[in-house]
Amino acid sequence: MSSSKVAARQRGLRLGSFARLYRSEMRLLLARRRNAALLAALVLIPLFIGVAVKVSNPEHGDGPPFLDRITGNGLFLVFTALTVSLPFFFPLVLGVVAGDAVAGEASIGTLRYLLTVPVSRTRLLMVKTCAVATFTVLSAVLMSAMALVAGAGLFGVHALVLLSGDTVGIGAALLRTAGVIAYVSIALFGFAAGGLLISTLTENPLAAMASAVSLAILSAILDAVPQLSAIHPALLTDHWLGFGELLRTSVDTSALVRWSLLHLAYAAVFLSLAWTRMITKDVTS
Amino acid sequence: MAAPPQASAGPAAVPNGAAPAPAVRTHGLTRHFGSQVAVDGIDLEVPRGAVYGFLGPNGSGKTTTIRMLLGLVRPTAGDVEVLGEAMPGRAGDVLPRVGALIEGPAFHPYLSGRANLRRLDAADATSDPRTSRARIEQALARVGLTAAAGKRYRNYSLGMKQRLGLAGALLRPRDLLVLDEPTNGLDPQGTREVRRLVRDLAADGLTVLVSSHLLSEIEQVATHVGMMSAGRLLRQGPLGEVLSAGTTSVRVETPDVDRARTCLAGAGFTARVTGPDTLTAAMPDRPVEDVAALLVGVGVRLRGLAVERPDLEDLFVAVTGEGFDVQQ
Repeated sequence: MSSSKVAARQRGLRLGSFARLYRSEMRLLLARRRNAALLAALVLIPLFIGVAVKVSNPEHGDGPPFLDRITGNGLFLVFTALTVSLPFFFPLVLGVVAGDAVAGEASIGTLRYLLTVPVSRTRLLMVKTCAVATFTVLSAVLMSAMALVAGAGLFGVHALVLLSGDTVGIGAALLRTAGVIAYVSIALFGFAAGGLLISTLTENPLAAMASAVSLAILSAILDAVPQLSAIHPALLTDHWLGFGELLRTSVDTSALVRWSLLHLAYAAVFLSLAWTRMITKDVTS
Repeated sequence: MAAPPQASAGPAAVPNGAAPAPAVRTHGLTRHFGSQVAVDGIDLEVPRGAVYGFLGPNGSGKTTTIRMLLGLVRPTAGDVEVLGEAMPGRAGDVLPRVGALIEGPAFHPYLSGRANLRRLDAADATSDPRTSRARIEQALARVGLTAAAGKRYRNYSLGMKQRLGLAGALLRPRDLLVLDEPTNGLDPQGTREVRRLVRDLAADGLTVLVSSHLLSEIEQVATHVGMMSAGRLLRQGPLGEVLSAGTTSVRVETPDVDRARTCLAGAGFTARVTGPDTLTAAMPDRPVEDVAALLVGVGVRLRGLAVERPDLEDLFVAVTGEGFDVQQ
């Protein structure tokens, strides 16, 4: 066998074993009742909003953005649900999952057994990162899917009247919705990476979860102080609602890309700090 | 895959002088936590095939040492070699050949015992997923946990948790087992089983490093011992050698206690009366036989004569001087 073939096979084995640990990690995440309950709550939010809107039929301009447009087009339930959940509920869900990722294993002692299996510290952080990223996407997708189903059932899905007044067909509207979900997932991953960093800093999962959630809250508070407007564009949460851009006739792609890059930059900084911490930390729990 | 050198080839079986590297060797291993010195320049040596009893009171640095051997804690100074490879640098190659139970078992409470082992095996990049199920069942059977394997870990008794920890260490063939307090929480029957397991594994050629504060426990299985106290390794070597370094004494039963004491003192023994018609004489260098000859020579009537060798506990207390209190 040629050396390149051997190398390729070894790479394949490594990938296979990485996938094996990743699957185990996902099973662990999803089998946990707490996490399942959080996902269930995420899924129920659009259902509640939809039913409430159906029953009460809000006046124009009432409530959060897009709410008054739901009755005209169920698709807006997706945007409403995401908008109301982004400031607090998504940070809570992802703060819990990301904050628990390493600190949880450290606190019950399984971290020392994983490391002596051995799983290299870099590899463990990579698996944890992939699992948290998957959970992030999953939570955005699940909520949106439920919103879409509930919106379609309660109000019907029609051609989308954009914020500027133009109309796009259902196919294009769904494509834009997918774009919204992708944008939200990337934005939230920037935050979840911060949760992972905090998770490597402590052996107390509750402290890690609370600190992770406060990361988003702190950013939102800073974002609300007008005197700090100079730093607003660089804040973690400042562009989270920027997905509204996708509902305009001419989408400012460059802005969307810029903001997404900011979120990915946050993720990169958080993850490299987490990696530095992970490979140097003494595991004494 | 190149087969790793098997520990079953003990030093005696290796042709002239090419002895394999010890299973564990440290040189000047030191760890500070802030201003506290947890481990103070120890030179540990665990020969291949040995059952090495690692003794010391709680807080003496045993666990920190074990964590450094396994790459969990980095040394402040000194080197670690496990199975002939430098740690933690070669952890990826070394640790698959090492099974470990570190400071008690730790598993996910809401998963079953079997699911927990599956998780551990999935984490092992070098284990074969096709044999995973069989190896897990085998490990469960070996520690007698098959019947309870489907129960959630949180519902396990302390003894069952300990057994699951051992099963995790036995998920695949190993060359070295590191067992930190393996009989903690086990009932007498479980303790005996662990002891038998350790003996069986050692008979298969594994090297076992077992730490404990239960000295009698260690004395029954160990071939070698190391004694830690306050971060230092005070004694180390084959059990017999370490024990014989303790002072053997002889207990003399005789109605002529005073005459016997005078005679022995005259011959250089330190003899003291330890009961009615009984005295005990310590003799660092001289053989036991001499006592009888001396006493009979001066006409002391002997009722009984017994050699008293110190056991591990006597020796440990003599060496560390403070029993089993936590040292600050």
